[in-house]
Amino acid sequence: MTQTLKRLPVYLVLLVGAALSIIPFLWMVIASTHTTAALFATPLPLLPGGELWKNLARLQQETNFSQVMVNSLVVAVIYTAFSCVVSAMCGYGLAKFRFRGRGLVLGAVLLTMMIPMQVLLVPLFQMMASLGWVNSYQALILPFLANAFGIFLMRQAFLDFPDSLIESARIDGAGELKTFYRIVMPVARPQLAALMIYTFISQWNSFIWPLLMLNTEDKYTLPVALNTMIGLSRVDYSGLMLGSLLATLPLLLVFIIFQKQFVSGLMGGAVKG
Amino acid sequence: MTSTLLRPSRRPSANAGGRAGARSTAGRSRPGYWFVLPAVALFAIFFLYPLLSSLWQSFFSTTGGESTWVGGAQYLRLFHDPLVAKSLFNVGLILVIQVPLMVCTALGLAYLLNQSWLRFRTGFRAMHFLPAVTTLVAYSLVFRVMLATDGGAVNQLLAMVGMSPVDWLNSEAWSRVALIASITWRWTGYNMVIILAGLQGIPAELYEAARIDGAGRWAIFTKIVIPQLRPVILFSSITSTIGALQLFDENFILTGGGPNNATLTPVLYLYKVGFQQFDFGYASAIAWLLVAIIAVVSVVQFAIMKEKK
Repeated sequence: MTQTLKRLPVYLVLLVGAALSIIPFLWMVIASTHTTAALFATPLPLLPGGELWKNLARLQQETNFSQVMVNSLVVAVIYTAFSCVVSAMCGYGLAKFRFRGRGLVLGAVLLTMMIPMQVLLVPLFQMMASLGWVNSYQALILPFLANAFGIFLMRQAFLDFPDSLIESARIDGAGELKTFYRIVMPVARPQLAALMIYTFISQWNSFIWPLLMLNTEDKYTLPVALNTMIGLSRVDYSGLMLGSLLATLPLLLVFIIFQKQFVSGLMGGAVKG
Repeated sequence: MTSTLLRPSRRPSANAGGRAGARSTAGRSRPGYWFVLPAVALFAIFFLYPLLSSLWQSFFSTTGGESTWVGGAQYLRLFHDPLVAKSLFNVGLILVIQVPLMVCTALGLAYLLNQSWLRFRTGFRAMHFLPAVTTLVAYSLVFRVMLATDGGAVNQLLAMVGMSPVDWLNSEAWSRVALIASITWRWTGYNMVIILAGLQGIPAELYEAARIDGAGRWAIFTKIVIPQLRPVILFSSITSTIGALQLFDENFILTGGGPNNATLTPVLYLYKVGFQQFDFGYASAIAWLLVAIIAVVSVVQFAIMKEKK
């Protein structure tokens, strides 16, 4: 009994923390189902209302939101696929081969992790402009395909892979590429899954670069589309909240399905898991 | 290391006597090049070249479409620009207030959520982690709506307990509070999970031994848990510091850097100088100031880590 009493404050603290964490989510959901006027009215709506479909229809009509979601998804998926292949290959090369300049490449990878990408904004912008790639998806995807963190993570994943297995695959006549994706790659599956989730989320969240690159509505990704909505003279706040909800739902889904990989992916491999 | 340079490529090196100690697979070098080539090429084109270009441009003035060499003038400008000072002050404020606040909260929560007797542990953990799942722009928008002065949810809640409305996003002091609160909401759970993983790495025997020695709960926390968690706490603090130095999405959406630049950050200032005023030379100088600051932070991190070992 005294034990329970002693533990009560802990539960209280955690309940308050949980409530604070969840209330903005609940508010986002509730706000998506009311008119904008109701969001700022007294008393505050505390339960979902009946405006969801109307808000959705308006959001679709005004910003072509389904297109925006497809855009975000396409960019994030393509980016994730290519970036992870590039990272895994480079990581494998660094972990399992000795060649001239390997130390240099590895050092460069480590160094780039310390340099903020914002320093690249001006020159990359100029480069994209001169290539005529402004408002294109290759401009969003290509510059950040080689990801230092991903390379480093994959290198760590391959370091402990037994050389003898690679050797015997070669003796069996498997080519280097085949050895890589048939024998070596499967072992690094957990790290690859974490990396894929990390890469997907970083592209899904990416804001400043798409904001600079995209200038027509049909190309917008979610963050850019949401940002333009607050620039309008009459802001559709409930539509905005619904848009925010729709931008968050895919990540929430990924989180629920791949909880473990999601966490280790987000933490950038800081913790082995 | 030198032996790798001497090793002939292509020659089948099976049965070579000198393989002892070589962890990498047997001296094949050509395939290694092919594996790293895509990444290296991409880095050269989209990282190294722009990086050098940025450095080069920071020595030019680019007004009216013409560039003229101005030497270090752009860097001198940094020192006299009140907006650079203000953006650094704003970020400094976040570093001094928000980072310790968040890391301590995350540490406390992680410690509580690691208690074996706790019921609904998984549920509590998931709920506290949930903010880390939101898209940056989306959550900033939600906070912007909740913090609206007239009829915003937060002010309505304050009214219920008899407090007058706060001008969250339009007063210099409160907009900083709003920004700090938002970032703390988004990132505490994330740091909590990192620290939690660190906590789980502390061997049970350590607690056991301390208990046998008669250590109380507080003594265990300060004498065992904190020292054991040092690297994890350090990692959390450094990533949060670097994150704060690169802050853009949140303040861009919440306040646009206002009011009166109270939430202007270096990256937002870089964005404004570079892409609203198209002063590429000066924007590059700001970018390199950021590089320098982050480099210092990284070096400090490296030094502390090394000292630990």
